[in-house]
Amino acid sequence: MTSTHTNKRNPNSRAILIVAIATAIDLLMSILMAHWSYSWFPVQASAAAPYVDQLFSIETGIGTFIFLGCTGVMGWVILFNRAPKYDEEDGDPIEGNIKLEIIWTIIPLLVVFAIAAYSIKVNETLSTLGPKQKYRLSDNPSAITSVDRTSIIGPIQVIARQWNWEFVYPDGVRSSELHLPVNQRVNLKLISEDVLHSFFVPAFRLKQDIIPGSVISYSLTPTREGRYRLRDAMFSGAYFSQNQTDVIVESEKSYSDWLTFSGEQPLQPGLNPSQPLYARRLEKGDKGWATVSPAPAPLVNDPGDPSASHEA
Amino acid sequence: MSTSNYDPRILKAPHPVPGAPDNWKRFFSFNTDAKVIGIQYIVSALFFLLVGGLLAMVIRGELITPPADLVDPTVYNGLNTMHGTVMLFLFLFPILNGFNNLLIPTMIGAPDMAFPKLNAAAFWLVPVFATILMASFFVPGGPASSGWWSYPPMSLQNPLGRFINGEMLWITAVALSGISSIFGAINFVTTIIRMRAPGMGFFRMPIYVWTAWAAQTIQLLALPVLTGGAIMLLFDLSFGTTFYRPEGGGDPVLYQHFFWFYSHPAVYVLVLPIFGIFSEIFPVYSRKPLFGYKVVALASFAITALSLIVWVHHMFYSGTPQWMRNLFMVTTMLIAVPTGIKVFAWIGTLWRGKLRLSTPMLFCLGGLFNFIFAGITGIMLATVPIDVHVGNTYFVVAHFHYVIFNTICFGVFAGIYHWFPKFTGRMYYEGLGKIHFVLTFIGATLNFLPLHWAGLLGMPRRVASYDPEFAIWNVIASIGAFILGVASIPFILNMISSWARGPKAPPNPWKAIGLEWLLPSPPPAENFEDDIPTVINGPYGYGLNKPLVEDEEYYIKRAQEA
Repeated sequence: MTSTHTNKRNPNSRAILIVAIATAIDLLMSILMAHWSYSWFPVQASAAAPYVDQLFSIETGIGTFIFLGCTGVMGWVILFNRAPKYDEEDGDPIEGNIKLEIIWTIIPLLVVFAIAAYSIKVNETLSTLGPKQKYRLSDNPSAITSVDRTSIIGPIQVIARQWNWEFVYPDGVRSSELHLPVNQRVNLKLISEDVLHSFFVPAFRLKQDIIPGSVISYSLTPTREGRYRLRDAMFSGAYFSQNQTDVIVESEKSYSDWLTFSGEQPLQPGLNPSQPLYARRLEKGDKGWATVSPAPAPLVNDPGDPSASHEA
Repeated sequence: MSTSNYDPRILKAPHPVPGAPDNWKRFFSFNTDAKVIGIQYIVSALFFLLVGGLLAMVIRGELITPPADLVDPTVYNGLNTMHGTVMLFLFLFPILNGFNNLLIPTMIGAPDMAFPKLNAAAFWLVPVFATILMASFFVPGGPASSGWWSYPPMSLQNPLGRFINGEMLWITAVALSGISSIFGAINFVTTIIRMRAPGMGFFRMPIYVWTAWAAQTIQLLALPVLTGGAIMLLFDLSFGTTFYRPEGGGDPVLYQHFFWFYSHPAVYVLVLPIFGIFSEIFPVYSRKPLFGYKVVALASFAITALSLIVWVHHMFYSGTPQWMRNLFMVTTMLIAVPTGIKVFAWIGTLWRGKLRLSTPMLFCLGGLFNFIFAGITGIMLATVPIDVHVGNTYFVVAHFHYVIFNTICFGVFAGIYHWFPKFTGRMYYEGLGKIHFVLTFIGATLNFLPLHWAGLLGMPRRVASYDPEFAIWNVIASIGAFILGVASIPFILNMISSWARGPKAPPNPWKAIGLEWLLPSPPPAENFEDDIPTVINGPYGYGLNKPLVEDEEYYIKRAQEA
């Protein structure tokens, strides 16, 4: 028996029809999935969000096509190529097919290069990440000046701690929640006073780690008014999951009203969600495994509203 | 018990033989037989699968409701860290070294490993670092709780200020595990290069051997980097250096490079042998040659090479500059090409075959199904803008478990069932095996599929509590996890009862092609001893009517008579 090319039969019309129908169904399902994938995300609230969702949708479509194509063939062989009981014979001794192997090397190569090229373009369009400047922890990080000239607002200092957030505005207003005006590019200076944290706003589709010993300049444009969750996304110890607050995107007028109003408020303790949990732990006799104690609540002009409900 | 009924060749074997006296004692000694070491590795690894699984179920118990109400958050973090550590360093790496020990010598016709004593030393380090790791549960302050990445500066915080603490024991255990793996890698690579049967050129080696070789090459190249990085972490923690401490001018991000330079390729160390198991098992139960053997073999080393230049994709949002993000996005996506070649080759192998859906085949089909899915979410994660949103969320946890459990563990189970008769000399019960598969597939899908959506909505990984909008996905996942717990019952039952009183296995119950199937079940101490066959054809000649070795009939007869 010879090897490679024994499987060359005349492709009959029935086989072509089945493959054509299967491909059409696969294609249809892929398009449906690509559209459906938009609904899996929170609302789009920044300039980055439409790009991320669109890229994800494209990849969901391509992915569905490949997944259904491969598993469809697997399903077919499981249904129709089972060996009957007591059938001890071997299958077709096909050892390979150079043409097919070349095709399934080249096509994935082209697909991933296309995705990569498009993603690089998106990265350049958004250019959220500015320079990362190191400083000595004993120095004052606010002395490091931002160089982002594309931003209208800021720089706003974002200070992350174990486990609370503090936002310091250029005019000195301090807040436990991040207020931003809609449709204006804002520059943030990300600062950590203890360990790694991450600035993550799902509705913005943006995330940037905050590294102790460095100030990272980060810029973004909110595009939709509302109240959104800001979460610490880099594991930061015992009360990591409590380390969240809200971003409030509002009209330019309410933003400047809020700045003026807050500037007149006295400093008071801001949000510190881990404090009550830690206090309860101490009351119960400090059981559980070791942890550093939470940082004290920052003194802020606007302590925020922990009971307000967030959109995403 | 009379021993006269046994072939004297088998009786002097240091590995267990059905019914022979003192079987169990062999496993608690410094035994240098690769087959004993293989079983030592596999059994202890399966024990730690149960330990890690138990930790996972506490985690899923905590996460079934939004608030942190089952255990204290500090305890949750410790259990979470230990779950990852146990599963990787005490279950997956050891069990794959177990497979290497059983399969490499028998598949290439070698009598044993190249360095049997080094081999035994590598195994006996496992109980040593396992004890250290388990002991960390009982030191003041509890075990390491900074996640299995152990990123500084948090891993250096040492709240109680004691010299002996959970984190210190954790780093020691990980470093010892690294040394054990390097011992193993030296052994496996040397054995494969130097000890193949006559006639077995590189392109007549079974794919499992190719993939084990490619995987162990990664261990040799990349593991020293992590071990070095871990020692620096230990010095920062215990001896006052500041490699990673920003207050002393150190850089915490440096550790991330050391960590991921090994720990991303580590996933390929785990998955490559599973690709090998798929490539062995699909031909047997499809009764067809492996599609595109040479390309599949070479693709393993393409994966090895690429795996070493992708690690920064774990650091897309760590302040990595744009040019570097773009570069590592491209290298990461390129891995889709050699893995794609393998996936298509397996499907090509199934096509027009004569499929038998026995337990190993079911686990391979399930594993392949899940792996195609995991590969697609992998490309999504490689895409920088998408990763900036879903990185460090449950989407990553879901993708990772689709690879590590739904693919790798499925392959491990497939391998255990497929080679069970060969190395225990007993047949397993097919019915229990199928129940195990069905429960595992349902449990794993319910557990890990919904977590993708939790991640897309923005649920960070490693949280002990979460906002109520993520609850539905977590409830389904927890139910899946508990089903996975139940799935272990038929498996344990099957393994124990089959090994104790299963029907005696013939040398080649699956009519498979391969040197290991020309040996008696279980094989004698030195496999073919001084009668090593000469290989004259490639490894997957199903339907080709080409004998694998010279005088094949003689070896078949010899194995049956043993």
